[in-house]
Amino acid sequence: MSSASTSGKQAPPASTRAKPANKAEAAADYLDGRLGIYSLAKANLRKIFPDHWSFMLGEICLYTFIIIILTGVYLTLFFKPSMGEVIYSGSYTPLDGIRVSEAYNSTLNISFEVRGGLLIRQIHHWAAIVFVAAMFVHMMRVFFTGAFRKPREINWVFGFLLLFLGFFDGFLGYSLPDDLLSGTGIRFMEGAILAVPLVGTYISFFLFGGQFPGTDIVPRFFTIHVLLIPGIMLGLLVAHLILVFYHKHTQWAGPGKTEKNVVGMPLMPVYMAKAGGFFFLVFGIIAAMSAIASVNPVWAYGPYRPDQVSTDAQPDWYMGFAEGLIRVMPGWEIRAWGHTLNLGVFIPLMLFPLVLFAIAAYPFIENWITGDKREHHILDRPRNAPVRTGLGAAWISLYLVLLAGGGNDLIATHFHLSLNDITYFVRVGSFVVPVVVFFVTKRWCLGLQRRDKEKVLHGRETGVIKRLPHGEFIEVHAQLPQDKLHTLTAHEQYEPLELPAEVDENGVARKVSLATKTRAAISEGMFGEGSQIPKPTADEHKEITSGHGHH
Amino acid sequence: MSDDKLPAEHAEGHGEVAAADNPFADPGLPAHQVRRTDIDERAAKRAERQVSLLFVVSMLATIGFIASYVSIDPDKIVYIFPLGHVSALNFALGMTLGVALFCIGAGAVHWARTLMSDVEHPAERHAIEADDEVRADVIEQFKTGAGESGFGRRKMIRNTMIGSMALVPLAGVVLLRDLGPLPEKKLDHTGWDEATPAVPIRLINMNTNEGMKPEDIAVGSLTFAKPGPSVLRPEGLQESDDDFQEAIAKDALMLIRIQPEDIKDANSAGLGFQGVLAYSKICTHVGCPISLYEQQTHHALCPCHQSTFDLSDGARVIFGPAGHPLPQLKITTDSLGYLVATGDFSHPVGPSFWERSE
Repeated sequence: MSSASTSGKQAPPASTRAKPANKAEAAADYLDGRLGIYSLAKANLRKIFPDHWSFMLGEICLYTFIIIILTGVYLTLFFKPSMGEVIYSGSYTPLDGIRVSEAYNSTLNISFEVRGGLLIRQIHHWAAIVFVAAMFVHMMRVFFTGAFRKPREINWVFGFLLLFLGFFDGFLGYSLPDDLLSGTGIRFMEGAILAVPLVGTYISFFLFGGQFPGTDIVPRFFTIHVLLIPGIMLGLLVAHLILVFYHKHTQWAGPGKTEKNVVGMPLMPVYMAKAGGFFFLVFGIIAAMSAIASVNPVWAYGPYRPDQVSTDAQPDWYMGFAEGLIRVMPGWEIRAWGHTLNLGVFIPLMLFPLVLFAIAAYPFIENWITGDKREHHILDRPRNAPVRTGLGAAWISLYLVLLAGGGNDLIATHFHLSLNDITYFVRVGSFVVPVVVFFVTKRWCLGLQRRDKEKVLHGRETGVIKRLPHGEFIEVHAQLPQDKLHTLTAHEQYEPLELPAEVDENGVARKVSLATKTRAAISEGMFGEGSQIPKPTADEHKEITSGHGHH
Repeated sequence: MSDDKLPAEHAEGHGEVAAADNPFADPGLPAHQVRRTDIDERAAKRAERQVSLLFVVSMLATIGFIASYVSIDPDKIVYIFPLGHVSALNFALGMTLGVALFCIGAGAVHWARTLMSDVEHPAERHAIEADDEVRADVIEQFKTGAGESGFGRRKMIRNTMIGSMALVPLAGVVLLRDLGPLPEKKLDHTGWDEATPAVPIRLINMNTNEGMKPEDIAVGSLTFAKPGPSVLRPEGLQESDDDFQEAIAKDALMLIRIQPEDIKDANSAGLGFQGVLAYSKICTHVGCPISLYEQQTHHALCPCHQSTFDLSDGARVIFGPAGHPLPQLKITTDSLGYLVATGDFSHPVGPSFWERSE
């Protein structure tokens, strides 16, 4: 400083920061001065992640989404989203000289002429299938463990929207190659839109640019498939991840784990290596799958013509339950005053989002019933929430029954069953199976709760048989260590809501709203005597282990 | 629900209680269990070599990917058990890419699991909710801002702003109008519309592209047909026509021949000619073409959603989700003996819609 002033030159203002030790630190200092990276990294570099295999399900969703975007960009370089007609003259000779659309023609070119094009197409489609499947399983993991509770309800909704949009973007992508199967899917969509009362024909004509199929639908679907829906999904995904970071991850109950901490290993280096490596594992497996298992061989189906169809026309599996709804619904039509109300198609069309929304709304319903306003970070074991677990299982069973309805033709041909019988079964089963599954699951959970209680109070079976002096044989039970005892008794049990007395202390009748009564009734159903086994108390444990009349 | 109904444990939290009198108390974080690689330098060295080997395999696989790309003919088909005949290029590219990616992942995960620290650390959580002081401060600031805007005071501005915001999206909706033409009566008519008793339209066999005589159609057979020459279409409906897809989506016919005494519906028999009946091929459910015909029972089944129609009984729906019978086309023969239509279907073809009167 002083030397600078004596030499008469302008001195650079002093920095309070220590000199960087090496070039990497210097580069980091440079970036920090512009982007503030140190403050960002301070909270996140050693951020703690708890470990459990089921936490990777969400990672699979993220990675397949990235793979879909990477391969999707590649495909757009070769795909021509046009319904202009050309005569096919590529290397797939069975279709030589056939009139096809540009979309179909370019799909065949990607599959047969572009080197590696078929592989990328297959990776794109396989990744999409795995993406939806992983979202589904991830969502079920979150549901059954109660990870959707405060503060995570909004993230549950973001996740649900991602699943919902994933369904539709998958359907749109399936429709783009303009092959016989995809065209049939679009025709189904036209029929469904026409069933909408009042405005159905207008929506259909505006969507198709006139009468079905027209020449606009593929380019329009293309823009929606590659730009609109993925754009929204990307935004939701980023918001979803920001919230996961902000809330910090949930964890299972266990020694040292509380609602106020998160126990695990740091992001750098363990999770960078594990999660980063897992991206490559997922990508590698999908690439290998795409090399050996063909999905959507559009050349075998041929180009779309509205007067042709193949048997067992099927959508991808995730649309299968919608297909089931449409197949098993009786053909109800109401004709009056010169109008037709096509209930046979319209009711399934309305039920499709309802089946999905039923699960989306659950966190808010459960919260209303429990009235619990606290944050929850410790996960529930599914057995310790029997009604919730039963509802989730019932929902999955409904989904599966409808999926069976959507594949009734395949089930009929593969298992030599009557197609009509399967349809009748699904019609009845949609109502009966979920109810049966609910009660079975609930009983099962209660049985497991009893087993936990037994283990806590009487210890675990050792397999050692002891003969008592009077000749009786017994199996020796070993007491569980304290960490196990703690883990098995860490869950909370709600008490059912009690209504206030019918009359107050002055003998005046109290007004209890219908909503409160409903809430009390559901609360009794969820947390009453029939729905949870009281967990063992320390006193019970002490009494049994003290040796008075017990083994 | 009142707070006293909530479980007590949560509020207290499972602290690290060293309570001798409570066997269920949280004993705190367990001690770290060492791995072999933590204490045995030879095991650590071995793990290091394994990780490196995986990365080397990945490099080799990427080189294999590039080599396959430049050297394998895209048309080459090879037999690989148990896959059968597959494209050699697709298989080679997919497997090398798969191995190249998988080994990077496997190497990284193996490294993390064997050599990086696996000591668990607790990190504190902080409540998402702000404390009361911050909350009060923010609400105060908001009130100040809202007061300065006069939003609550100047009701006329507020109401007109809400009105304008509510209306402006209509501009976007209106702009969608030119996505397509209005439906008008287009769904009520098909290409057979032009046929009249004076100027009938011939039924053209979909496969041979020729007219058909009743004697060409065997009892129990199923034939597909499209419209022949008309005033507007002198060549008949051709695949090269610009609107072929739109036209065939409604005009496609299926012809069957049933012994006249087996036809249960007298009206349907009257629309046919000597037992030859012409039905719309488009399912009345959601519009798939119907193509599965059982000649013994005269049932036709849509392969998409299994609506089943009894073609001997006016194409009545006997199973499945379709809501009404298939429309039938009135046919007869012209002076040369060819099958012709003399008018359009009596009802609109295809899936039903709101404006459909019958």
